[in-house]
Amino acid sequence: MSSNLRVRWRKLVSDIMMTMTGLCALISVSVLFFILGYLVYNGGTSINWAFFTQLPRPAGEPGGGMANAIVGSGKLLFAASLFGVPIGFLGGVYLAEFSGSLVASIVRYAADLLNGVPSIVIGIFAYSMVVLPFKGFSALAGAFALGVMMIPITLRSTEEFLKNVPNNLREGAMALGASKSQTIRTVIIPAAYRGILTAILLALARVAGETAPLLFTALGNPYWNNSWTQPTASLPAMIYYYALSAYDDYHRQAWAGGLVLLALILIINIVARTILARGIAVPRS
Amino acid sequence: MVTTSPTYGSAGPAVAPRSFLSKLRNGDEIARLVTFVFAMTVVLLTVLLVYQLWINSALPRHKFGLHFFTTSVWDPVMDEFGALPFIYGTLVTSAVALFLAVPLGIGAAIFLAELAPQRISDTLQFFIDLLAAVPSVIYGVLGVFIVVPLMRTVIYPLINKPLGFLPIFKGPSYGVGFLTAGIVLAIMVIPYIISVSREVLLSVPRDQREAALALGATRWESTWKVVVPFAKTGIMGSIFLALARALGETMAVTMVVGNTPKIAASLFAPGYSIAAVIANEFTEATGPLYTQSLIALGLVLFLLTFVLNGLARILILVTTQKGSGVTR
Amino acid sequence: MKRFTGLLVAGLALVAVVWAADSLLINGAGATFPNPIYTKWFSEYHKKDPKIEFNYQSVGSGAGIKQVTDGTVDFGASDGPMNDEQLKAYQDKHGFPILHFPTVLGAVVPTYNVPGLSGALNFTPEALAGIYLGKITKWNDPIIAGANKGVNLPANDIIVIHRSDGSGTTYVFTDYLSKVSDEWKSKVSKNTSVNWPVGLGGKGNEGVTGLIKQTPNSIGYVELIYAAQNNIPYGAVKNKTGVFVKADLKGVSAAAAGMAKDMPADFRVSITDPLGKDAYPICSFTWLLIPQKISDSAKRDSIKGFLKWMLADGQGYAEQLDYAKLPKEVVEKESKAINSVQ
Repeated sequence: MSSNLRVRWRKLVSDIMMTMTGLCALISVSVLFFILGYLVYNGGTSINWAFFTQLPRPAGEPGGGMANAIVGSGKLLFAASLFGVPIGFLGGVYLAEFSGSLVASIVRYAADLLNGVPSIVIGIFAYSMVVLPFKGFSALAGAFALGVMMIPITLRSTEEFLKNVPNNLREGAMALGASKSQTIRTVIIPAAYRGILTAILLALARVAGETAPLLFTALGNPYWNNSWTQPTASLPAMIYYYALSAYDDYHRQAWAGGLVLLALILIINIVARTILARGIAVPRS
Repeated sequence: MVTTSPTYGSAGPAVAPRSFLSKLRNGDEIARLVTFVFAMTVVLLTVLLVYQLWINSALPRHKFGLHFFTTSVWDPVMDEFGALPFIYGTLVTSAVALFLAVPLGIGAAIFLAELAPQRISDTLQFFIDLLAAVPSVIYGVLGVFIVVPLMRTVIYPLINKPLGFLPIFKGPSYGVGFLTAGIVLAIMVIPYIISVSREVLLSVPRDQREAALALGATRWESTWKVVVPFAKTGIMGSIFLALARALGETMAVTMVVGNTPKIAASLFAPGYSIAAVIANEFTEATGPLYTQSLIALGLVLFLLTFVLNGLARILILVTTQKGSGVTR
Repeated sequence: MKRFTGLLVAGLALVAVVWAADSLLINGAGATFPNPIYTKWFSEYHKKDPKIEFNYQSVGSGAGIKQVTDGTVDFGASDGPMNDEQLKAYQDKHGFPILHFPTVLGAVVPTYNVPGLSGALNFTPEALAGIYLGKITKWNDPIIAGANKGVNLPANDIIVIHRSDGSGTTYVFTDYLSKVSDEWKSKVSKNTSVNWPVGLGGKGNEGVTGLIKQTPNSIGYVELIYAAQNNIPYGAVKNKTGVFVKADLKGVSAAAAGMAKDMPADFRVSITDPLGKDAYPICSFTWLLIPQKISDSAKRDSIKGFLKWMLADGQGYAEQLDYAKLPKEVVEKESKAINSVQ
């Protein structure tokens, strides 16, 4: 019967196509595992104690390490958070608790715009805002660029998580006589704290790997960075320079750096998601 | 003493308007003011950024006008700057990336949303989210050490021998080039397509699928002819998101694209992108016209990603709302 | 909340401690051509005087000139001397001139990666110009083969590699090509950044070397030490007298010998394509770009101290890295010039 044949054909097509989608998923995930594996292998065989403890050697001399770059990245991220997190967080508090809808839309729109700016353009912005007026490349300029990139994520997430706190909590506090700011400080923010922390960590993970904005802000430094107004080495920038060079030892260190950077970012991501998965701290009544 | 808070609306007794100073003593007003200032800082930063981009690209605007977009000469010696090779390179590499990533990404998303059991779907999604977190400089390193040699030794011979007569596959292979950059970009944007598409597919209400299956459709037919069209705009949104990411990508592209400001038909030829040329030449652009031409390129890139991101968001919002709206 | 404030305080304390260090950091940026010797010098000088740190960023001569003009670094470095326009721009911006101080002599060599080659290659000026103009496209082209009798050149396409960034090395190479090829002079001319007819770009001497190493059938121009340190072959070039010379210390010194006595007061000079049977035709001085007035007295004294050391002990490190020492006439003239830095 032809209709039976047609049904069998459609079923066959269905099975083939669904298998194809499985193949797509397999390929996509395999790429991830391949990348991680290759990086772990090359990075793992390249890493040594010197990598973490020594400063870079002059061009062409083997050995040395990226100790100053690792610390430099740490300092940049720390300062970026000091700049970006309060702005994003408090801005988010305003949007969730105080603002009218017009102002809220404007702020949200601005944040989304900022979020979509390519990181190299943020680098240009930081160059004209910090490097030129202060006449020099500096860790501060780099931190400014990274901080600006952290703001939108922090802001939107803070707003989301604060809004998600159930209203009965607010009403309960009100009924007990708490003022608005008291309620926010002692009830709402602690309730949303997991989500907000996650957002900050994710923002941190996102900027930790950024190289482009650092190229013309923090520049580079073969020594330890001693001052916020001086250039500093950073892990992503060092990886970039070393990978493009011709020395085999620089390549080896680029792999090691790549592994360390990736491990750092993945750990932050996993921690953030685990915190979030545990759920908001407020039990439903 | 009753604490009156005007911000709580009609709950409390009516009071006369208080002076600013006495309002200030109230913690609420301080909190409101402080957080307002910080929220405004965000707006200020954004406005400042766009403003800086605009006034610092005035020279080429006045000198070249719209010719800036149609000239393909980039000559720092003669002070002649045209944006065309970079716009071309940015679009071509992104097009290649989408060409590779969209089928794979949507296919994978369909698998994860429709076929895979919940636990596998969530686990794989977790890993794919991690893939999205890998910084671009690492993709660049992998591009330089894996994709470039692969291109030269495997991919180029595979394509050029049979198809070398086509203009897009003509010419020698340098290892680096449009195709290499496109491949690296594809790997970078697949996670975005998968995550967002999977989410919009999952938000399609169950009854749609069940209705199709009840009418005798096969699994594939139900998916392809019912679910996917329902989620179509959201999937488009994910593609726009991926495109915006690809357009703005700097490090990975600059390491494998070949850094050559020329327009070429062949995908194997070296090229340049807007983000890559800014990264390479910004610190050495001597002379205001040169620097400002680079900033003008930055402005172009910014506008492109801005429009795409905006469209993406609208599309995704429309789909997820449509999905959640239609429930029984 | 308490934990957060605790962390914050600890972080600020760390910052404060680190801030207390008292070494002097002097920032410079520029040419990749002399990067191996500069980083070696700054490292040795730091051992001699641990309180002084010279941070040299190898970003290309073009960036070096721009950054020192913008005032974002304390000194620059370039192997393409600043032209009159750039000097004027500096003077206009700062109110005092910028000075050129030659440091070493280096050679730009044509490196290549041709698999299966049986011998080292000779390049005539016509060959180099033709390759970079895009007119010679295959390795076994008669113009190349003519100078390499007995060498079996493959029929492969030549992959031309040049610099993608503003480069003094490019300046030296295009300066040479402009002297030996009228077509090059009119079509492309000499500069740190030119409109290349063909080829792909690598960033820095480092990037070009990396590309050559990885790309079969490629040719590029790099400073001698980059080819030597990375074990990639480089060819001999026919000089003005007609002799094929492979770049080495003798060839570089010979190229500078004629010029030494006639060194102009501002030290800006080109020594490409000189006469002399031993001279290597593509050589150049490389310069540190030092502002004539340095307001920070600690930085000024450190820079002057370094320059004096560089002209004496520093020269001793040059030859082991394949750079030629400065001729003694130049050293004498330069020692006097150091005093003009206020």
